[in-house]
Order: sequence, then structure tokens, then C-alpha cells
Amino acid sequence: MKACVIVFPGSNCDRDLQIALRDAMGSEPDMVWHGDSTFGDVDLIAVPGGFSYGDYLRAGAMAAKSPVMREITRRAEKGVPVLGVCNGFQILTESGLLPGALMRNADLKYVCKDVHLKVEATDTPFTQGYENESVLRIPIAHHDGNYFANDDVLNELEDSNRIAFRYTDVRGERSPQANPNGSRHDIAGIVNKARNVLGMMPHPERLADPSLGGSDGKAMFTGLVEALS
Amino acid sequence: MIIGNITQGNEVKAKIHVTLKPGVLDPQGKAVQHALGSLGFSGVENVRQGKFIELELSETDENKARADLEEMCKQLLANTVIENYSIEIA
Repeated sequence: MKACVIVFPGSNCDRDLQIALRDAMGSEPDMVWHGDSTFGDVDLIAVPGGFSYGDYLRAGAMAAKSPVMREITRRAEKGVPVLGVCNGFQILTESGLLPGALMRNADLKYVCKDVHLKVEATDTPFTQGYENESVLRIPIAHHDGNYFANDDVLNELEDSNRIAFRYTDVRGERSPQANPNGSRHDIAGIVNKARNVLGMMPHPERLADPSLGGSDGKAMFTGLVEALS
Repeated sequence: MIIGNITQGNEVKAKIHVTLKPGVLDPQGKAVQHALGSLGFSGVENVRQGKFIELELSETDENKARADLEEMCKQLLANTVIENYSIEIA
């Protein structure tokens, strides 16, 4: 399996994703600079977290228009899996690969802490390594993670089982207290219609090794390797 | 002597307002409203925050400029999932 990690000016989780992928794949992912309009054939494209282009205009807005995103959109439409984490999720919504938008957190604060997520769709290459309805502990670190979509889009996401992760408490129960940013329907991550593009605000790459304090994120990467090798 | 920036004076200047769509929550607007209340401005019933963008174009044809500006708003300046925009040509 071959993977690449996209690097924008202001990305800061690109190395973390690189390490998580390297550990799962046993080989080195390519690091692709944002100005590159093409890159080698890969089985997985990872769009990392950070503050691409300083969050100018809106988080992810500038990166969504970069040369590399045109190529990513082209490949996503051909079925290549694309994973967007945190700022990567914001970039994927801004580029139109995923529906909705990530708005300023409802309490206006930057939130950096571990949260619990329930896995609600395991029929994707990103989540097939998890048991359905399992509860994970994964860190979040964002200011603009408040998922918004209109009622029609939310209904479509619900009806087609495209909400991959939802914020819950440790027992897997949904509540306003367990929702860290005001996201509608407690959405932490979604997939596109074809289920080959996933965006999520939490950072699985930050808890993918016991030495980091937990490994609930690891099954995403080992599952991807299993699905795509 | 004037060097550079020689213009005929007919270039289009535009003002663009980007605002959140009705029904989209605006927590920043709410925080501003609350802050105004705590300063003693008790009559502020609603605050919606947005963006104001000024552009100077080389285009002199107002219709062409307006068409370009529409595209600029749709493609980059506004996120039409959550925002409306309005274009004013000066």
C-alpha cells in the first residue's frame, strides 16, 4: 500500500500522520507539498490538521483552492480514499468533497482535550478496523469544529449512514455535555456518498501508540492498510 | 512626476458584504451582544457579525466586473453553505 500526506504552509499534524501511517504500513508515506499539481499514484491521500494558510478568510478556505486540491478532488472522484483530519476536514468541506461547514465552536473557545466518540459506520475503509458502536477516546484540538449542515443534508447523512463518528460520553451516550463544540447531531466525522472520503475533527493519529497515552486511533490506520493492501 | 499606477479612473471598485445566512447560529454575534449589554447598552436585541471586503479591479466594464465578482464570491470569498454575500459597485 502507498499513501501520501499533503503538506500546506501552516500544517502541523503532517508528521504525526506520517508516523501513524508509517507504523501501520511498514513503509514511508510520500510527503506532498501543496503547490504540486500532481503526485505519484497512491492508495490513500491524507490531509492533515493544522492552520493551513493561517486560517485566512475561513479555516481551510485557501487550501481548498490550492493546486494540489484540484488533483485530490480529481482522484477522490475516481475512488481514491481521502482522509481529512481536523483542518483536513475543514479543507474537504471547503472544497466541496464533503457536505456542510465547520464553524467557530459554539462556546467560542479553542478546545484541546480527549473526547469520546462512538463509531457508527464501519463499512468504510477508514472505520472497518473498528467494532460497530465501539466507543473511542481520541483527542480534539480545534477552534472551528462546530459542524453545520442544513436539515436536508443532515437527514441525508443520517439516512445513508454516513455519520462515521459521533461525540458521546464514555458510555457511548449522547448529551449536550458530551458535545465539545456545538456540532449539529453531535457529528465528529462523516463520509461522502461513495464512502471513500472521510473527514473528522478528532485526531486518531495522536493516540495511535501506547507511548502517547493511548492507542484507540491505531485501528483506523491498521484498518486502512488491511482495506487497501 | 507620477510613476506607475497610471489609471484612467474608470476601474471598478467593489464592496462585498459576507453575512451568515438566517438560521445559522452566530455565537460571535451573541458574545458581542452580551458584551454590549454589559457595557450598559441594554437595547441591543440582536447582533450578526460578518465580513466586509473591498476590491479594486482593473476591469472598467461594470457588467463584466459584476459577473467576475459573483464568481469570486461563489468560489472563494463566501462559503455559500453558511453565508450570503452582496456586491456593491462604487
